[in-house]
Amino acid sequence: MSQQQAGLPGQAQRGLRLSKRVRLAIMGYGFCLPWLLGILVFTAYPTVASFAFSFTKYNILQAPRYIGIHNYVQMFTNDQRLRISVANSIYYTALSVPLGMASSLALALLLNARVRFIGIFRTIYYMPTLVPPVAATLLWKVLLEPRQGLVNALLVRLGLHPLGWFADPKWSKPALLLMSMWGIGSATLIFLASLKEVPAEMVEAATIDGAGSWRRFWSVTIPMISPVILFNLVMAVIGSFQVFTAAFVAGSSGAQMAGGVSGTAGGPLDSLLMYMVYLYAQAFRYFEMGYASAMAVVLFIVIMILTLLIFRSSGRWVYYEGGVR
Amino acid sequence: MRAWAPTRTWVRRRSPGELLVRALPSLIAYLLLILVGLAFFVPFVWLVVTALKPLDQVFTIPPIWIPHPILWRNFHDALTHPAFPFWRLTYNSLYYSVLSTIGVTLASALAAYSFARIPFPGRSAFFAITLGTMMIPGVVTMIPTYLIFKWLNWIGTYKPLIIPSFAGSAFYIFMLRQFMMTLPWDLSDAARVDGSSEMGILLRIMLPLMKPALLVVVLFNFMGCWNDFMGPLIYLNNTKLFPLSLGLYAFLSREGIKWNLLAAAALVITAPIILLFFLAQQQFIEGITMTGLKG
Repeated sequence: MSQQQAGLPGQAQRGLRLSKRVRLAIMGYGFCLPWLLGILVFTAYPTVASFAFSFTKYNILQAPRYIGIHNYVQMFTNDQRLRISVANSIYYTALSVPLGMASSLALALLLNARVRFIGIFRTIYYMPTLVPPVAATLLWKVLLEPRQGLVNALLVRLGLHPLGWFADPKWSKPALLLMSMWGIGSATLIFLASLKEVPAEMVEAATIDGAGSWRRFWSVTIPMISPVILFNLVMAVIGSFQVFTAAFVAGSSGAQMAGGVSGTAGGPLDSLLMYMVYLYAQAFRYFEMGYASAMAVVLFIVIMILTLLIFRSSGRWVYYEGGVR
Repeated sequence: MRAWAPTRTWVRRRSPGELLVRALPSLIAYLLLILVGLAFFVPFVWLVVTALKPLDQVFTIPPIWIPHPILWRNFHDALTHPAFPFWRLTYNSLYYSVLSTIGVTLASALAAYSFARIPFPGRSAFFAITLGTMMIPGVVTMIPTYLIFKWLNWIGTYKPLIIPSFAGSAFYIFMLRQFMMTLPWDLSDAARVDGSSEMGILLRIMLPLMKPALLVVVLFNFMGCWNDFMGPLIYLNNTKLFPLSLGLYAFLSREGIKWNLLAAAALVITAPIILLFFLAQQQFIEGITMTGLKG
């Protein structure tokens, strides 16, 4: 478009072109102005401010008071519940991420094996991700009722002992894990879509070269979908470190919820006190905004480091068709 | 044996045993798919069954699959229960979801259009920053954002939940921009030559072409707001303003033993989303795969 005009000399034309460019720039800025303001107010400032608040004691009523690295010292040396919440979150992430990734990939592979009724299966696997988290947690509290819930009825039928699930500090996190496995549908669909993009000729070529199905899987399929594995992995790690609603609702007992202010919804013996649940309690129950900010900063740094590590290592196992972009 | 010509007749001539062996992998695949499918679907069935049960049949060994009698009035009891003011909760949820969705769709479409089609200085840098903001986890902005709204005296209202939507959302902007990049330039060029404004091009030419992508934004954001728990939990303190998600939580906390009524309430707040999904299944599936493949 601009080339057509570039050939035309003359003062008037140049003036027109300039004004047009300015006009377009004004339109461009105008159209994304709300967004740019939004970045400034809701992302840039809060990110910086979180770091700043983390060096203060701030209970909202009084102005923030600078206390240096005291919040961090407190976090790392003197907060038993924080230590529990970190252990809980690591436990949950270390199990839910690999389990979720492996099962969603396995499901996607099964769905990709040219089965019939794929639409029905796809719908059934995806449906749980639509259920509002509070409703889903309520449903799982029913299914995992500590004495005679449906899952315990199944265990008894199989000759096993019924389990306490959300009511038992030993089994509350496995219960949460089980519930998270119900929601692997979206990762499954993402994997399935990526599997459909693997070129059939490539698989055929490998078959002709004598590769068995196991070899084809590891040498063709996995490399071809590795960018999507990377994406799902990063999202799963970020998501599971920030898990909140399910743990919060499952970990609330009636008294804590009714009591409101004092309760922190950590489940039996704080066994469901995830990092985010504790952070929420510090910020919005105890109004320790400075301390909660320090917790947020630490989680932010941990997530960033993990994401970076995953990306750094990805050079070794992620294959980009057409080179690294 | 003519292994090079696997015709139908060739398969038919094999013994039943051999046939079974050949079909075994796909049989196992089906079996696994069905087993997992059951594990995923039975909880839904159980939700419905529990919602229709008398309370004393909710937890039993062996489990009762068909309630006796079937209590349809559980729905009535749940929705008229004083601890679950259904219509007000629904109004609040709709208010939040609809306004936020209008805001986020408008703002994201405008920003996406400028990133995709209007040349202006710094555009690619701003777009890179947009992508960068997706890397920042929500936890790190949560507290200062709360303090901004506290300072504005907006705590206890829907403003903190709705107003930020009118700035747009990084992910939707990215998605819409990628979609716009695939649209042909001819039409908008022609309109520009005819003297149409950028706004006119966006409204009359781009938006109609973008219906599928916009529908994905509308569906995902509506569902996100409808299901949102943490946002309302942080910003709303007056039970009169609670949306359904928070209302169900409050119901659970006050009547934590009436599992049949709780199940009925949970079913009622889940149903609209499931219905929406079945009405627009294609968009949902496309949306979810777009998140993975183009990200």
